[in-house]
Amino acid sequence: MTELSAHLPQFQHGQLTENFPDNHLSNTNDNSERRRHDNSERRRNDNPGSETNGQPQNNIQQVVDQDEEEDEELTLKYGAKHVIMLFVPVTLCMVVVVATIKSVSFYTRKDGQLIYTPFTEETDTIGQRALNSILNAAIMISVIIVMTILLVVLYKYRCYKVIHGWLIISSLLLLFFFSFIYLGEVFKTYNVAMDYITVALIIWNFGVVGMICIHWKGPLRLQQAYLIMISALMALVFIKYLPEWTAWLILAVISVYDLVAVLCPKGPLRMLVETAQERNETLFPALIYSSTMVWLVNMAEEDPEGQRKASKNSTYDKQAPANQSQNGDAEADDGGFSQEWQQQRDNRIGPIESTPESRAAVQALPSNSQTSEDPEERGVKLGLGDFIFYSVLVGKASATASGDWNTTLACFVAILIGLCLTLLLLAIFKKALPALPISITFGLVFYFATDNLVQPFMDQLAFHQFYI
Amino acid sequence: MWPRERKEDFCLQICLIFSCALPRADCHVSHDSHQTANSTTKNFPCCTCDLEPRQTTAAADGSACHSCMILNLRILSASAARVPCLSSLFSLCRAFFWLVSLLLASLIWFILVHLSDQGNARLQYGLLVFGAAVSVLLQEAFRFAYFKLLKKADEGLATISEDGRSPISLKQMAYVSGLSFGIISGVFSVINILADSIGPGIVGIHGDSPYYFITSAFLTMAVVLLHTFWGVIFFDACEKRRYWCLGLVVISHLVTSGLTFLNPWYVASLVPIYIITFCMGIWAFFTAGGSFHNILKCLSCKQEDDSRVMMYSALQVPFED
Repeated sequence: MTELSAHLPQFQHGQLTENFPDNHLSNTNDNSERRRHDNSERRRNDNPGSETNGQPQNNIQQVVDQDEEEDEELTLKYGAKHVIMLFVPVTLCMVVVVATIKSVSFYTRKDGQLIYTPFTEETDTIGQRALNSILNAAIMISVIIVMTILLVVLYKYRCYKVIHGWLIISSLLLLFFFSFIYLGEVFKTYNVAMDYITVALIIWNFGVVGMICIHWKGPLRLQQAYLIMISALMALVFIKYLPEWTAWLILAVISVYDLVAVLCPKGPLRMLVETAQERNETLFPALIYSSTMVWLVNMAEEDPEGQRKASKNSTYDKQAPANQSQNGDAEADDGGFSQEWQQQRDNRIGPIESTPESRAAVQALPSNSQTSEDPEERGVKLGLGDFIFYSVLVGKASATASGDWNTTLACFVAILIGLCLTLLLLAIFKKALPALPISITFGLVFYFATDNLVQPFMDQLAFHQFYI
Repeated sequence: MWPRERKEDFCLQICLIFSCALPRADCHVSHDSHQTANSTTKNFPCCTCDLEPRQTTAAADGSACHSCMILNLRILSASAARVPCLSSLFSLCRAFFWLVSLLLASLIWFILVHLSDQGNARLQYGLLVFGAAVSVLLQEAFRFAYFKLLKKADEGLATISEDGRSPISLKQMAYVSGLSFGIISGVFSVINILADSIGPGIVGIHGDSPYYFITSAFLTMAVVLLHTFWGVIFFDACEKRRYWCLGLVVISHLVTSGLTFLNPWYVASLVPIYIITFCMGIWAFFTAGGSFHNILKCLSCKQEDDSRVMMYSALQVPFED
């Protein structure tokens, strides 16, 4: 699941208004101030501003068109940057998984199956194998659905402690136990002599720093690196313990499930994202990879007491100029407005006090989206499940394909192109979209096509040393 | 007209690649026996045996392959990194288009093989040649389709940018497109060979040529360079509607691919391919606006005041008050 801040065009009293999380409008224009006020009061049906609006309607329309164009231009310009910001971690995760699969034989050795996939695939007939893998996939998907619904229910009823406890236990397991096994297998492969004390020190430090970075605070790059590492570890576990046909079926079914869960109105993931947006909270950092820091309203807050005093009693007069304070330095008493600006404002609207209370009141108003000022700070988020399943696909391709590197490369390119297309759709539709379906579909198509069609062809060409 | 820096990179790249193609006496540590147990059987003309002294040569050839590919990629990607975001996006799209063309070609070949008599070796050989020709034609067709797509994208970027010009010029796009085509084509041709060159084995023990690895390395390098040059020439020809140039590019691609059919007879295949590469390189250089004067300036490393402004895609929009 991916998300980006939403721009929702709305019709209010026959005018097309748009909600902008950051303001590109000219502040000296009276109409634009009026419209920005409309944005902040979009939930209220009355529009007191339109009565005092003496300017003609076409001015508003021109400014709206200009802003739509600017917005679109910005989106497309920084869209490319966002795509690259996601390519790098996805590529890194896949590279780690493929490198491990190719070198450490532990992850390609068959050592049993998970309890979620109880039916074996070592059967006599193909029909039996197909049936077993379908049953395995069904059980796995039901487990995933039940867990997701449980998570959403817990989030909706604000059982944050339970969710945090659950996430902490699972990251403990990943960061300590699975990485210990991984380290052990890497040492075995390269025949490195190691003692338990050193390993204990390494794993302890790795795990504790990981827990702190993921669940609390830490440098952004370190947090991103840890999220990539735990996704890779989880993907390796799946690659090892899922039998072949089951794995492909699970990938196919989970991309359908992702599509349904994120796009249907009653889908659990959509409800999760919408609830988080309503409450203006970020989703759990342990489940989402974010490419930048998220700037919240609270970061500009300077006086929590002032905010409490003047919470909901703001009037129209105080709000319009107070919007500027989000740009300026909120520490000075005058809100950062220069004298000339204040005189200009007084001439146009009338004398208005910009006090800390009024500014805090505006900041306390609910806003639908992240209020980051700089468009570059608006990063893109990708769920860790997406990382895991992309890496499972590429890892399975490199582990079991007869085409080896050609198939791996083809799947890799296909997944990245799918991600690219998903981000393009995200830039167009501007709401949370499932990141799995397109990439996994391309990946599966390219895997089976490359393995069965391209590989014999390339093999024959290489045998005769022909180049195309 | 290309920016000056790009021509310098081009010269540097050519020199470095040719110098790195010389075999180096590196030694490879071979992995344990379970590595060979894992690797599936490949149809390369070598067999898996115990370690022999010849393995060092094979490893050296393999490492020449490795180093030439790696350096090639690094220099070329560094030169393409002048316009980072958009060019990597475009290279990925390009690689995808190449993959789709290869997929279609192998689908056609696969269907033909299964419809025909599989015991007849001559027929299978003929089908392989036909498959290779179809693949070449499809690659060129997809190159043309990509050109159309890029034109549309270029127009779109130009209309929405601030000053009416797109952040990446068509020449840069041609270069990046040819480059990524070359990279994906080269990597697909050579990566399995590289992976096998690490393992223990003797090249040519069944009577095939012992120079398999080194010639593969050189051929791959030629293919990568050729695709880059063809990309530049092709885009320029499409832009200026010189269809004879297009035809010449397609014919030279077919000829290059055909020359590889002569392959164990390396004198007849490698030398003409390199002659073609060299000619295409010169043609691409002049198409991109180069001249002898520029080469002299590049070699003497004179730094001129450049009054032109480089457009980058990461420009920030100035905030309006």
